[in-house]
Amino acid sequence: MLGRLRSLRTRLFGGARLERELDEELSSHVQMRADDLERAGLPRAEAERRARIELGGQLRFKDEIRDAMGGGFLDTLAQDVRFALRMLRKSPSFTAVAVITLALTIGANAVVFAALNAIILKPLNVPRPESLYSLHRVKNESSNQSYPDFVDLRARQQSFEDIAGYQIDEAGLDIDGEPTRVWLFNTTGNYFDVLHLRPFLGHYFHAADEHGPDSAPFIVLSYDCWRNRFHSDRGVLDRTVRLNKHPFTVVGVTPKGFVGTLLFASPEAFVPFVDQEQVIGESTLEARAIHGTLFCVFGHLKPGVTPERAAVEFSGLSAWLAKTYPKDDAAAAYKLRRPNLYGDFMGRPMRAFLAALMLLAGLILLAACANLGSLFAARAADRARELALRLALGAARSRVLRQLFTEAVLISLIGGALGLGAGALLLRALSAWRPIPQFPLNIPIVPDVAVCGVALLLAVVCGLVFGAVPVRQVLDTDPYGTLKSGTVGGAGRRIALKDALLVAQIAICALLVTASLVSVRGLERSLNGRYGIDPHGTMLLQTGLEMAGYQGDAVPLMQKRLIEAMETIPGVTAVGLVDWVPLTTGGGNAANVFKDEKTDLSPANSDGSVLFLVVSPGYFRAAGTTLRSGRAFTWDDDKNAARVAIVNQELSRRLFGAPDAALGRFFKLRDGARLEVVGIAEDGKYETLTEAPQPAVFVPALQSPTVALSLVVRSSGDPQSLAAAMRVRLRELDPGLPCLIQPLSRSMELVMFPAKIAAMSLGILGAMAALLSITGIFGLAAYTVSRRLKELGIRLALGADSRAVLRSALARPVQLLLWGSAAGLVLGVLASTVLSAVVYQATPRDPLVLAGVVVVMLLLGLLATWIPAQRALSADPLALLREE
Amino acid sequence: MPGEAQLLQGTLDLLILKAVSLGRLHGYGILLRIGQISGQALLVEQGALYPALFRLVRQGLLKASWGTSENNRRAKFYELTAAGRGRLREETAGWNRLATAIASVLAAQPGEA
Repeated sequence: MLGRLRSLRTRLFGGARLERELDEELSSHVQMRADDLERAGLPRAEAERRARIELGGQLRFKDEIRDAMGGGFLDTLAQDVRFALRMLRKSPSFTAVAVITLALTIGANAVVFAALNAIILKPLNVPRPESLYSLHRVKNESSNQSYPDFVDLRARQQSFEDIAGYQIDEAGLDIDGEPTRVWLFNTTGNYFDVLHLRPFLGHYFHAADEHGPDSAPFIVLSYDCWRNRFHSDRGVLDRTVRLNKHPFTVVGVTPKGFVGTLLFASPEAFVPFVDQEQVIGESTLEARAIHGTLFCVFGHLKPGVTPERAAVEFSGLSAWLAKTYPKDDAAAAYKLRRPNLYGDFMGRPMRAFLAALMLLAGLILLAACANLGSLFAARAADRARELALRLALGAARSRVLRQLFTEAVLISLIGGALGLGAGALLLRALSAWRPIPQFPLNIPIVPDVAVCGVALLLAVVCGLVFGAVPVRQVLDTDPYGTLKSGTVGGAGRRIALKDALLVAQIAICALLVTASLVSVRGLERSLNGRYGIDPHGTMLLQTGLEMAGYQGDAVPLMQKRLIEAMETIPGVTAVGLVDWVPLTTGGGNAANVFKDEKTDLSPANSDGSVLFLVVSPGYFRAAGTTLRSGRAFTWDDDKNAARVAIVNQELSRRLFGAPDAALGRFFKLRDGARLEVVGIAEDGKYETLTEAPQPAVFVPALQSPTVALSLVVRSSGDPQSLAAAMRVRLRELDPGLPCLIQPLSRSMELVMFPAKIAAMSLGILGAMAALLSITGIFGLAAYTVSRRLKELGIRLALGADSRAVLRSALARPVQLLLWGSAAGLVLGVLASTVLSAVVYQATPRDPLVLAGVVVVMLLLGLLATWIPAQRALSADPLALLREE
Repeated sequence: MPGEAQLLQGTLDLLILKAVSLGRLHGYGILLRIGQISGQALLVEQGALYPALFRLVRQGLLKASWGTSENNRRAKFYELTAAGRGRLREETAGWNRLATAIASVLAAQPGEA
């Protein structure tokens, strides 16, 4: 046993000692043989020379002995690595190009994978995430429930251990006098118990704490909120803070790393849902028909229950609800999904986009491999003499190949390590980045073990792939021929392989350039496009009157006073109030509408759920929404006047058959109210830029009071002084009202965010691809020119036309460039259909995009062939001939 | 071809074992000894010797130790281990059987078969 261990140790580590002994033994052999030869009459020097020749190629039998010892893997490796390092040091520019290429590409892959890992692959940071599911309607992905429906579902369901729900709300949090707007999760009392989450400090609230409306004034802080707003004060428990002026007691702090149950909205605090009236100013606890009350319902499935079985149960329960409460509920089919990305709603586009990005990053890596492969092949050709010499001296071909592979993998490991390091820095910056100031988007993307593992794997695979390119060349090497002639034979085949690699690489590059131009152009169009609202030159003031305790008739009064106050600011041309501005964070309310002739007003009989916006008379002018026909609201459309509405063209189309047919007609709401259409507004985008046209209804604020308040102020003056003036006017009316004032365009950043991220990441990948193809074409052109430099020089000296010379030298690289670009362009056009799901108005059928791709590729080609062309033209035949 | 190479290799191992069995020897000494006892009829190629020696050491048939040669050169000396002695006996017997068999085949006269 011990002996075997010792032998293993010798094999792994003792090789250097054995090697030394072998050298010593062989030299002693040579000395003794020389002694004998000297005795036979030869001079000493001659004797030693003869002795060495007799012994033969040391290199070969060192290999043989190593094989005879059956091991020394690590020795060989160490030797190869040392040799590889020496070779790399000898050609620093090659090494630098290779390492930088790999660092960029592997780094990009690591970053994209880290995002994929954090957003798609990793489950929520809660105990037993594998059995955590949320409940979604098959029809529209929504997980909404009204509170009474939730209570019934919770009491009757059997599939989950228990279910909980939450709503995302904003509220004014007042810690010591200065209220700030924060994002909250308004959760059912059992939220934390359903998650099996342990508190970091204190305790949570429970279902048992709920005894009707406003009965549980407890607040749980998130770890980040506790750290940032309470300075990690452990004495925070039992402190009283105010939410919208109402006192709440801090009972606990959630653990670090728990950011709520929705990846895209991490709340600062959690309050029990029964306190809803205090938090948002109105109570929907009894409103069975308001299905948006709870945003998401989820729970842990019981062991042994499949998601499919649970979905069947809930579809059944939904049918029961619809039968029991026909006026309020409609039956829906359900499915179970993960809560992280709100089921497939965010999940599907995120998965598609990140998978596409990962694919593109992978393609870049492939392009880099192709690039480095041809570099390696060219280098192997330049090193033909060295390789041939080693083969002639008896080194086995497998040994030479192993050496080349070691070199390739070593380079890619160094590049990979650098790339991962740079990627980690980038990720740290990304994690600290708040792309949308007023929205709690906070996804910790960290380079964890999985990311490092993937980067390492990619580096090794990469090295093996591009290291494999010159294999054939080495196997085909005829050592003696090479040594004699000084050049490599059989070049035709290798050039063909390299050509194929280059075409593939340029095609990938053109694909990426196309994709990035398409997305940048789409972004540019959506920034300047028409979506029924014009954010240029407008400021948005967001507040909630409930945050300052306004109720009942005080609400419309205050709203009107605010509007009038804003109108007195110099330069202001229009002021409009709306409960929610389309395309900003948050969301609008939806309600069912019915054709006028219908009498059965149950949800199942409705003519669709449409978006409801509560607006003041000046809204349309302030928001820049064009009225196609009819009139805007006036202050006379109040509680005492007939109910009126303005609809968009899509609603008119759906309810009355034509975009302009609705004017003067009536439709009904669920409560039986008849609304007369007095105006038709242009269609717009409301929730996302990529949505299909959706119907919307505008109703006057005096007929549908709302506490949510956004003021759109359009002005011809300077935005900064406008914002300051707005703040002064607001403070004059009520100093305790928390508010947010910013340009309307900033509030729309959330809807622009996917397009911006897409354009940014594709832009970066596109730039990297461009860089790669420059080095690729440059490499081939430079190589072709250097091989034929003598011939070109002679032709020039004999008076050949320099254009003809250039053509013969660079025709091939340029040809390849054209082929590759054409292939990439076609692929890019095909791939851009995926992009249109993420980027509004991303279409490759845009002459500017197509022309842009062609110009970019031509410029790249020009740039990459410029230096080799100059070199070919300046070839001095005399100097070249002398060199030989 | 493979058969011939194997025979040669086996033969070389046997010759080395025999040479070393006559006394502790260094590599060069083994070459000289084989040449000497075979009356220079068998000349071992120098390049083949060391791989064979390493193989035999690894198989535990020989053991090596550093020492000083007759003319004061530092050299690595080989001697038989117990296993080596056993192997030498077996191989010698096997070789003798083979040689006898071949000799009797070669001595056959027409008509005997």
